[in-house]
Amino acid sequence: MISADLFSNAVVSGILLGGFYAAVAVGLAITFGQLDIVNIAHPAFVIVGSYTAWIINTRTGLDPVLAGILVTPIFFLVGVAIYRIYYAAFERTGQESLSGLAFFFGLMFIIEVTLILVYGVDYRLVNAAYIGESIDIGFVGIPYRMLVPFIVAVLLTGGVYLYLSRTFTGRAILAVAQDRLALQLMGADPVRVKQFAFGLAIATTAIAGSLLIIIGPVEPSVGRLYIGRVFAIVVLAGMGSIPGMVVAALIIGVVETMVGTFMGPSWSPAVSFGVLLLTLAVRPAGLFGRQ
Amino acid sequence: MKKISPFWIVVVAVIIAGLVFTSTVKNEYYFNAAYVVLQALLMAVAWNVLGGFTGYVNFGSAGFFAVGAYTAIALDKAFGLPLPLLILASGTVCGLIGLALGYLTLRLKGVYFAIATLAMAIVFETLVVNWAYVGGAKGAYILTPDSHLWFDSYIQMLFMVMLLLALAAIAVSRYLNSSRLGRGLAAIRDDEVAAECAGVPTLRLKLISATVMGVMMGVAGAPYPFFVTFVDPVSAFNLFIAVNSIAMPMIGGTAHWIGPVIGALLVGSLQEIITVTVSSELNILFVGLMLVGFITLAPQGIVGLVRKFRGRKP
Repeated sequence: MISADLFSNAVVSGILLGGFYAAVAVGLAITFGQLDIVNIAHPAFVIVGSYTAWIINTRTGLDPVLAGILVTPIFFLVGVAIYRIYYAAFERTGQESLSGLAFFFGLMFIIEVTLILVYGVDYRLVNAAYIGESIDIGFVGIPYRMLVPFIVAVLLTGGVYLYLSRTFTGRAILAVAQDRLALQLMGADPVRVKQFAFGLAIATTAIAGSLLIIIGPVEPSVGRLYIGRVFAIVVLAGMGSIPGMVVAALIIGVVETMVGTFMGPSWSPAVSFGVLLLTLAVRPAGLFGRQ
Repeated sequence: MKKISPFWIVVVAVIIAGLVFTSTVKNEYYFNAAYVVLQALLMAVAWNVLGGFTGYVNFGSAGFFAVGAYTAIALDKAFGLPLPLLILASGTVCGLIGLALGYLTLRLKGVYFAIATLAMAIVFETLVVNWAYVGGAKGAYILTPDSHLWFDSYIQMLFMVMLLLALAAIAVSRYLNSSRLGRGLAAIRDDEVAAECAGVPTLRLKLISATVMGVMMGVAGAPYPFFVTFVDPVSAFNLFIAVNSIAMPMIGGTAHWIGPVIGALLVGSLQEIITVTVSSELNILFVGLMLVGFITLAPQGIVGLVRKFRGRKP
């Protein structure tokens, strides 16, 4: 018999975790979902975001989330630069499938190893007044280290959604995915639009990374587990749908927490990758697919 | 009389050289180093059979390798089978997984396939972590058998086993590449729909290719437990294995069977040198940088560069 408080605790923390996953996956929903760029290195940038937040937090004591927001312009520029290389080397020559994949795979590896070389494999954590506190509602305890990332994640994902659907540039990004030629005929340069969108996606990893390190300690190889999670979320949602992505993130978060609670934490990594495999094998278009 | 291809003369020469190597050199380090390079070579050749010839990228090489290693561990623990049977068993198991993966190409094109392979590796890793019989997350110790044929030590025998396996893999890959089948595979890589329309049995070729890749990777993993004597999921599923098996063919050149051989010998030897002279972390970084550098600047690899330099010809 599953006890009710264990169950409801698992559901609540699953939802909080899922909300955070949405923030991690939102950047990939843009790059992979809208631009068709398979950025496998996306989680690696999230880890870089965590380390940036950690460095700023330990040096200056600034709140990790604020630190993450502060460095988004730098991440944006890095994203733009990476897209320029990607475009020049692969997209223009039509080699994005095999070489482009290997490019991001190599990039992920370089980022991870560089972090290990510079900072070692020790777990890093940040300090903030709210970490360690929690509020109790009935028999459900909500720690602030989960609640704060959840709220920020909701704001971030909602912000990206509104930006894409309401602003001119945002709609141009959606248009690139739908009809590249039509966009060109309207006088917009698809490469510039994609470059901006890629920068935007990498910028979100700065904030997602700061959330990750609030939830728990981070070391360089943590990023690998997130490859499965973010791709599972984006693929399960169906490419490119942001509201669908939030639903998928919540599903993954809740299922993962359930499996972790009732089967043991060593099984939880298999959840996202299992969901991913299953979705790819059974319904590659996802739940809210665009095809 | 039928002319013997220079390829087979080289193969025989390499086997003789290997035997001479084992009977003259006493320092075990050289056999360790050579084993590591040959294992990487075998993995690179295996990856290229699917990735290079058909264009389906496999990110889960480490998964195949580890399943091969853990099949050997489980059967060694359960029945104490001799090494050749373990290699056979690992090859069979991974060949079947490869076949299943091949069926996945029916539904998944390009990037989705690549992501699925990555996911598959992690699922296998989770299964092994939770499988107490083979040590789970703690890992397993393997006793090296006492007998090592006529060789002076066990590592010398393992080196020779790996040399033969690698040569066999190269021969198979060469056959696949230069036969009628290889042209079908190249047609799939260039344009799968067009190939299908032209009457190329794409599914059958992809299944063969994926199965061969699985067998080779499983075979590469089987002797690994006896080489390191301690295996845990982290080391067997190491991402480094996956990166190496992609980087080496990419650096050497994926379209021709010799590409992964050149890439593996070059990168593998450089890695050994860097590990000894500088550090093992830097060596990992080096592979990543080489991979990214080559695919951005020389997408056809060394083979492509040589071709450009000589103006066509192999």
